[in-house]
Amino acid sequence: MVKGINFLNLRDAGDPVELGARYSDSGADELVFLDITATIRSRKTIVELVEKVAENVFIPFTVGGGIQTVRQIDELLRSGAEKVSVNTAAVANPDLLVEAAKRFGNQCVVLAIDARRSKDRPGRWQVCIKAGSEPTDIDVVEWAARGEELGAGEILLTSMDADGTKAGYDNELNKAVTNAVNIPVIASGGAGTLDHLYDAIVNGGADAVLMASITHFENYTIKQIKEYLRDRGIPMNL
Amino acid sequence: MIVVIDYNVGNVKSVCNAFEHIGCEAKLSCEPGDIERALGIVLPGVAAFGYAISALGSLAELIRKVALNGKPLLGICVGYQMLFETSSEYGRHDGLGLVAGSVIPIPPGRVIPHMGWNMVKLPEDMDLFAGLGKEKHFYFAHSYCADVTDTAAKIAHADYGFELAASVQKANIYGTQFHPEKSGKAGLKVLHNFYDICKRTGA
Repeated sequence: MVKGINFLNLRDAGDPVELGARYSDSGADELVFLDITATIRSRKTIVELVEKVAENVFIPFTVGGGIQTVRQIDELLRSGAEKVSVNTAAVANPDLLVEAAKRFGNQCVVLAIDARRSKDRPGRWQVCIKAGSEPTDIDVVEWAARGEELGAGEILLTSMDADGTKAGYDNELNKAVTNAVNIPVIASGGAGTLDHLYDAIVNGGADAVLMASITHFENYTIKQIKEYLRDRGIPMNL
Repeated sequence: MIVVIDYNVGNVKSVCNAFEHIGCEAKLSCEPGDIERALGIVLPGVAAFGYAISALGSLAELIRKVALNGKPLLGICVGYQMLFETSSEYGRHDGLGLVAGSVIPIPPGRVIPHMGWNMVKLPEDMDLFAGLGKEKHFYFAHSYCADVTDTAAKIAHADYGFELAASVQKANIYGTQFHPEKSGKAGLKVLHNFYDICKRTGA
């Protein structure tokens, strides 16, 4: 289970350092800080923020958004992040995945994919870049498989169709991608109920589920969510 | 004071942060004087084995010496793997040889690297796990694993489709393949236990 904290919604969600500490303390398994580098202009500020987060977070955390170079990845890992996620830069320059995996190990490299259902090809999804604003011709399932080959150790798969709907994850997408790769896939986008989390794992084949608003706005605690999943037969770290 | 060995490998600061969080003074250092004065030593490691052991350089012999003289030593992840005699990661490399065994690739047939939380069965007689009960989840991130042959070593196992040696203890020498500094409350407790061990040994 992964707790996502979207830095774009900082005003709604609160201070990232404080939030991170709270989730680390309350039993989340991992944290994902997204859009951090894209929204904060100064690199020094980002590194300082990640260092501050690391002082209070004792579970693995991923930092993503706007990362373009191996040097930036190095800085973030040194500041205390366990993993970094790359998205647009990997599409533009797939070698980034190769270089990062060679230098830091593929366990540090998360390939984030924003997927949108293709209008022309039913049952297929297209990769979107630049925070989802720009669709490409790249097929999501093919890109996920290629990403694994290049060196990604994990895929953070966000359904742009489902994101924000609270109507459930796109499990057709999750299934298609998890069938195509042998690395862990984190399903993201669409969680509205606890049942949705269960579905993504059991029917979507996801190795982990990312949730953002479900813990903020639906008032479930991490513990309640984990107990629910455990009671339905999914092994949980409780 | 606990000294966390600083030898220019990945994220070692997290280990210091975790010790500080539990109220234990930890110093990131590679100074021989600090190592000799330390209450205990932590050898962290996020890197390939060969890189890590060569980055350690002459410190390796000093760490070996103080550990053999009874100073508590905790190896984490690649630091744990370096406790053993050899590794086959990208060529053959010698480790510290403090615990008999070798570091080998995780057997094929499962997802590699082994990433994420896994349950570790905790033997009652391992001091590192005092007060943690029979089993707990810890966070793993590795592609190689230890084949422990030391009959004097106590071993805690995790199930990863085979019996994975998740932690060893041999006298004052401790190691965890998992990352206690990233394993939430259970991990912090392991570090606290190591701190207690250091205080007892130093007293």
